[in-house]
Amino acid sequence: MSAKDPAYVADRLIAEDIDAYLVQHQHKTMLRFITCGSVDDGKSTLIGRLLYDSKMIFEDQLASLEHDSKAVGTQGGEIDFALLVDGLAAEREQGITIDVAYRFFATDKRKFIVADTPGHEQYTRNMVTGASTADLAVILIDARQGVLTQTRRHSYLVNLLGIRNIVLAVNKMDLVGYSAERFYEIVSDYSHFAKQIGMESFLPIPISGLKGDNIVTKSAEMPWYQGPALLGHLEEAPVNDSRMLDQPFRMAVQWVNRPNLDFRGFAGQIAAGAVRPGDPVRVLPSGKTTTVRAIPAFGGEKDVAVAGESVTLTFTDEIDCSRGDVITRADAPCEVADQFEATLVWMDEHEMLPGRPYLLKIGTQTVTATVTEPKYEVNVNTLEHLASKTLALNAIGVVNISTDRVIPFESYATNPDLGGFILIDRMTNATVAAGMIHFALRRSQNIHWQAVDINREAHAAQKNQKPAVVWFTGLSGSGKSTIANLVEKKLHAMGKHTFLLDGDNIRHGLNRDLGFTDADRVENIRRVGEVAKLMTDAGLIVLTAFISPFRSERRMVRDLMAAGEFLEVYVDTPLEVAEARDVKGLYRKARSGQLKNFTGIDSPYEAPEAPELEVNTVDLSPEEAADRVIALIMR
Amino acid sequence: MTSRTTLTHLQRLEAESIHILREVVASAEKPVMLYSVGKDSAVMLHLAKKAFWPAPPPFPLLHVDTTWKFRAMYDLRDKAAQAAGMDLLVYHNPEALEKGINPFDHGSLHTDMWKTDGLKQALDKYKFDVAFGGARRDEEKSRAKERIFSFRSANHRWDPKNQRPELWKLYNTRKAPGETIRAFPISNWTELDIWQYIHLEGIEIVPLYFSAPRPVVERGGLILMVDDDRFRLNPGEVPVMKSVRFRTLGCYPLTGAVESEAKTLPEVIQEMLLTTTSERQGRAIDHDQAASMEKKKQEGYF
Repeated sequence: MSAKDPAYVADRLIAEDIDAYLVQHQHKTMLRFITCGSVDDGKSTLIGRLLYDSKMIFEDQLASLEHDSKAVGTQGGEIDFALLVDGLAAEREQGITIDVAYRFFATDKRKFIVADTPGHEQYTRNMVTGASTADLAVILIDARQGVLTQTRRHSYLVNLLGIRNIVLAVNKMDLVGYSAERFYEIVSDYSHFAKQIGMESFLPIPISGLKGDNIVTKSAEMPWYQGPALLGHLEEAPVNDSRMLDQPFRMAVQWVNRPNLDFRGFAGQIAAGAVRPGDPVRVLPSGKTTTVRAIPAFGGEKDVAVAGESVTLTFTDEIDCSRGDVITRADAPCEVADQFEATLVWMDEHEMLPGRPYLLKIGTQTVTATVTEPKYEVNVNTLEHLASKTLALNAIGVVNISTDRVIPFESYATNPDLGGFILIDRMTNATVAAGMIHFALRRSQNIHWQAVDINREAHAAQKNQKPAVVWFTGLSGSGKSTIANLVEKKLHAMGKHTFLLDGDNIRHGLNRDLGFTDADRVENIRRVGEVAKLMTDAGLIVLTAFISPFRSERRMVRDLMAAGEFLEVYVDTPLEVAEARDVKGLYRKARSGQLKNFTGIDSPYEAPEAPELEVNTVDLSPEEAADRVIALIMR
Repeated sequence: MTSRTTLTHLQRLEAESIHILREVVASAEKPVMLYSVGKDSAVMLHLAKKAFWPAPPPFPLLHVDTTWKFRAMYDLRDKAAQAAGMDLLVYHNPEALEKGINPFDHGSLHTDMWKTDGLKQALDKYKFDVAFGGARRDEEKSRAKERIFSFRSANHRWDPKNQRPELWKLYNTRKAPGETIRAFPISNWTELDIWQYIHLEGIEIVPLYFSAPRPVVERGGLILMVDDDRFRLNPGEVPVMKSVRFRTLGCYPLTGAVESEAKTLPEVIQEMLLTTTSERQGRAIDHDQAASMEKKKQEGYF
């Protein structure tokens, strides 16, 4: 390939009959694919070659490419295709996070969107992001190297994300003398591995991205290869939407369209199947049924709408249906549950905290969810299952998830739109994980709320008081227990029914299995919150004295309680003062390294942003502080 | 655009864009669509009409104006907003207005003050929390990595280290108080897709995209149109009539025309497909400095 080749040669039809050309191009389909491989496998060269050979490179771009190839290229002055798509390196140096770069090219048959995932460090996170929207994956192998650890990792992730069309592009065939023997050796190795991870099929193609062999046209150098060239295969491979067409109708409601009292439409993108006016449908989770009246659209009503389309539906009956609900074919609804087994890919620098509530977004709805400790973590290089208490950045594991309400879903393998979800941190709003539902846990169908006759109102009325949780939070030695104890004595003297839950005491019993890691602190507070809630159901005024260093967990407990029943009291004592008091001698131990994860020393304390009451123990005596708390409870 | 089999590429792009538009409306408090009157804006506006039909798009259009656009752009702007049944907000940076900032005397300050500062001021004034923009990933190499939802701090800075991964169709639209979002519903469209869609859907665009005899001067390799008497002619410079059209539209003294005979949309597409230079050549803003787009984005241009 020399630089003299024309960069952009237009289709003859364009010049001769533009109208015919436009008609032909209206019927193009679109394929999204991801290329996997590291820099050394020739990934950028391959993408650059596809852009070049499909005539997406203009003269001005070619001129600068030729110039750059001479200046910084790695091909001895010949065109370095990698330069067409690189250019993210500088940004990486500046610390800009790039998960995926998208490139576009088109042939007469198809438009293509290529997801290119740069970088080694964040590879898992980036690849998962790029693969989530891909119809097909091209896994690159250097013919000289064969199947490497990273090939296994890429293949595992591609398979995990449910991509069924996989191309094994054995690259740099020119460097192994276009050897059929070498090619089949690699294919055989890979087949063995593919079976291990449950990959159903793959198409091996021997190529040279640099020389252009088997990219657009069949290579004259490899007459022994009978299969298609890469681009030809990309033009024919099926897209995901067509797989979803054969399934029963599903659509998550995105937005309810109510321009006036006479029109109520349900807008969404169809996740599976087709819908026609007159079709009986079911709305989940409520299970109510109705019939589709029409599919109104800009420019006229539609007779039918299929998977992948964004549409609006109207019903014949006025039934409840809102954002987050899923409309399904009436006789083939999807499942509804609130506990699941799922695979999680952790994407945040802060590790997963089992028990902490996260937001879970699935389809068009967002709910609160908690995650258990991983059943196991997967080593993506060896596929081994490892025991683990948490998941760190780029870790993959299988967990149980429970949501605060039932949600309609399908397994990710059945339908990625209804089985794929993200987890969001409630404080930072960061997307912390991607998840794929395997199945609903049976117990979520078997545990129901037991209705009781003597309810919480009856308990509270008998005690003639309003139940509450007074939650003292602050550093160790700030005076939480001292003040809480005084408050309880005063309440007791006033004839109130109270109970004091103290951090140290709980850790001797209920929570003696927990340590002081972040994950254990979260679980500690979760249990205390649940106990406190049961006590408010019994009508008690509950006082709790726990360091409870994280805002998320205090908020979790607040969310558990009825409105107005959670009173957060921030016992504000500067670290120096608490450390100087050092009632239990713990600061001394922590400073000397004998005690790990000590709040304020090597573990953070997040002060409340809007507590119901703040008491400063430098200015106030314990007695005065207690009186203020009493005033808060009695107001 | 209904098909019983696999969707075409334009149908898939349309469905994705509508999904994004609706997702913003379902989660934003006060969204707005940035409307620049160009062909990308025209497509974005058309998609919004489809997404919310029969209701009008439930947000206003915002034109951050420089007072230096082509006259034909102002004509279509007002007409298009009215046809869509949407409120049109036009914002002029009062400081730029007072100082008479213009493309002849002030170089890149012209864009900085009218557009970059103007946009920030307008968003603050109306307290919009999400702004739709018509940027595309194929426009230049550095845009390829852009996310569809881009987060800005309370003072409109783009923090490249704090952007979120976008998986499947799941956009995390949560934001802290004061933060704003730029949402780009046509990220995955290419220039050819835009033209094909305009053709297929019969979308009205500014006539400047079609060739006609126009008064122009040639300057620094650019063909500039003398759109009104504010254009400063150099000594000896005389406007001549030439058959020209524009591939992109912006402030008229900064936007280069191409000589062309393409008077219809198919002819424009034909010319575009037969041409051998990439799209942004006609826009002076890119020639200012290397990676200028990237810099402008960090400053809040988008």
